[in-house]
Amino acid sequence: MTAVAVRPAGHRSGRATGVARFVARRLVMLVATLFTSSFVIFGALYLAPGDAVSTLSGSRTLSPQAVAALREQYHLDDPFLARYFQWLGDTLLHGDLGTSITYREDVSSVIAARMGVTFQLVLYAALIIVVVGVGLGLLSGLRGGVVDTSILVVTTVFAAVPSFVAATVLLSAFAVGLGWFPAVGTGEGLAGTLWHLTLPAVALALASLAIVSRITRVAVRTELGREHVQTAISRGIPYPALVRRHVLRNASIPVTTVVGITIASLFGMSAVVEQTFGLGGLGSALVEASLARDVAVVQGVALVFVTAFVVVNTLVDVAYAVLDPRVKAGSRAS
Amino acid sequence: MTIAASVLDGVRTRRRRVAGNTVVVWVCAAIVGLALLLAVFGPALAPHDPDAADLTYANVGPVAGHPLGFDSQGRDLLSRLLAGARTSMAGPALVVVLAMAGGTVLAVVSAWAGRWIDATLSAVMDVLFAFPAVLLAVLAAAVFGPGLTAPTLVLALAYTPYVARVLRGAALRERAQPYIAACEVQGLSAFTICLRHLVPNIAPMMAAQGTLLFGYAMVDFAAISFMGLGVQPPTSDWGVMVSTGQPGVLQGYPAESLTAGLCIVVVVVAVNLLGERLSQRSEGR
Repeated sequence: MTAVAVRPAGHRSGRATGVARFVARRLVMLVATLFTSSFVIFGALYLAPGDAVSTLSGSRTLSPQAVAALREQYHLDDPFLARYFQWLGDTLLHGDLGTSITYREDVSSVIAARMGVTFQLVLYAALIIVVVGVGLGLLSGLRGGVVDTSILVVTTVFAAVPSFVAATVLLSAFAVGLGWFPAVGTGEGLAGTLWHLTLPAVALALASLAIVSRITRVAVRTELGREHVQTAISRGIPYPALVRRHVLRNASIPVTTVVGITIASLFGMSAVVEQTFGLGGLGSALVEASLARDVAVVQGVALVFVTAFVVVNTLVDVAYAVLDPRVKAGSRAS
Repeated sequence: MTIAASVLDGVRTRRRRVAGNTVVVWVCAAIVGLALLLAVFGPALAPHDPDAADLTYANVGPVAGHPLGFDSQGRDLLSRLLAGARTSMAGPALVVVLAMAGGTVLAVVSAWAGRWIDATLSAVMDVLFAFPAVLLAVLAAAVFGPGLTAPTLVLALAYTPYVARVLRGAALRERAQPYIAACEVQGLSAFTICLRHLVPNIAPMMAAQGTLLFGYAMVDFAAISFMGLGVQPPTSDWGVMVSTGQPGVLQGYPAESLTAGLCIVVVVVAVNLLGERLSQRSEGR
């Protein structure tokens, strides 16, 4: 007889509502966070010293018609809060994020054209983090000895390598030096894309991979030392089953959290990697736009990044609640 | 290997590692100390003018008197690295001081007041937590223009919730200690108790957090300078040097980018290991 069958029916439904309440709570937080973030992104424009028109135009001299068009578009003659809600409405209902001064097109089409590369890059890096990071952590945690020590040393160093330094080293060694990978561009087709994005994705993943590996190692070690695992060992449960059933399931909880947070933060770091490898993604658009003080593009891209960050974090928290039956409604995943 | 043997083995390696750890900690402390000395005296130690360009020496390798050679504009690389130590560490240091100050105040107020103040502050921190630090800094640079002030303030603001969250836990544990109650019975004011008794007792935790934070701040700050939004060329700064060396990397002269990158990595590794050790000690108390 399995444990589930023994459980009273009420218990299961109680857990289901618990999870539902937790998910509902996280969704409310998601909306609150998105509201606040969009407010910060919108409000930043008006924190700048001087007139909003000069900030919006990046201190360029504009014709009176252009100034009037800007005032009209950003509703500069309305009160601040009205402006915010109009901007939010335009963004949410019409996908209208304004017009870029440097690209001379709609911000939404700038974003749409560049979104693909960034999402591919982040997805690729996320895969590397999950496979290599968790893999190394498991190896390190379960094996011990020389394997553990060498993985620990390598990940300690990798964790301190900023992605732009990693990108430069990889570019110098594998693209310029050995010529195994292309130095710039995105490539065509699946194979071409993979080939072009490998170095950038590794550069982006390196530090996070190291952190994930270290967390996985600690989680596995902690579980191995737990009493129920020791009991299972003494009961003679075969090692693979023991690891699968008693160690991995419990260790997966902190690991999921850290994987989620690091993947979510990849969006922000994609900027430097895209810049180094000449990939025309959202990140490089963000940097180019802030250098050119093209505020509309910066706002649009920042909004996309924050949304991705918050959504991924929420998904992780929900996954956490599903993975860990001990999570009660109201308690936080941390 | 049986499980029992591997567990025993783990215990043995842990013992050995404790001995190895002390050496590692001393090496890290030496590196951090050296880095701090360089931050103070580096610009004075530079053997040549870090900004003196001579294009006839562009990308020339090491020669007598110039042990690291020259960058793409024929400036002495060693001098630029030494001069860059100050700009690369002063900004992150200021970020840490500001974030630690803000985070400590919020944590202590939260832990002391409890009830709705604590709940409100915690909720605000959760929302602030959601904003990636680098993204906020880029946003600020777009609005205020590139420079050091905006990234410093913004990174400090973005790190404050991290500090506050960790220290709030520590402050709550101290708040529940009998010595705090004893102080309250003696009629000391809340401010005095916090300042004279509570904060000194969470100081080891603060030192650990501050050290770890310095590592993050250094990486983020360098990334912002790398993007061209922080320290402006021709000022020598490690993050900027990785960026200005990029054309050289593509032409097969990676010295400028790689040496500057190495400086960042070495300091950050040392700071991180030291910070981890400090936090282990503060928790193991």
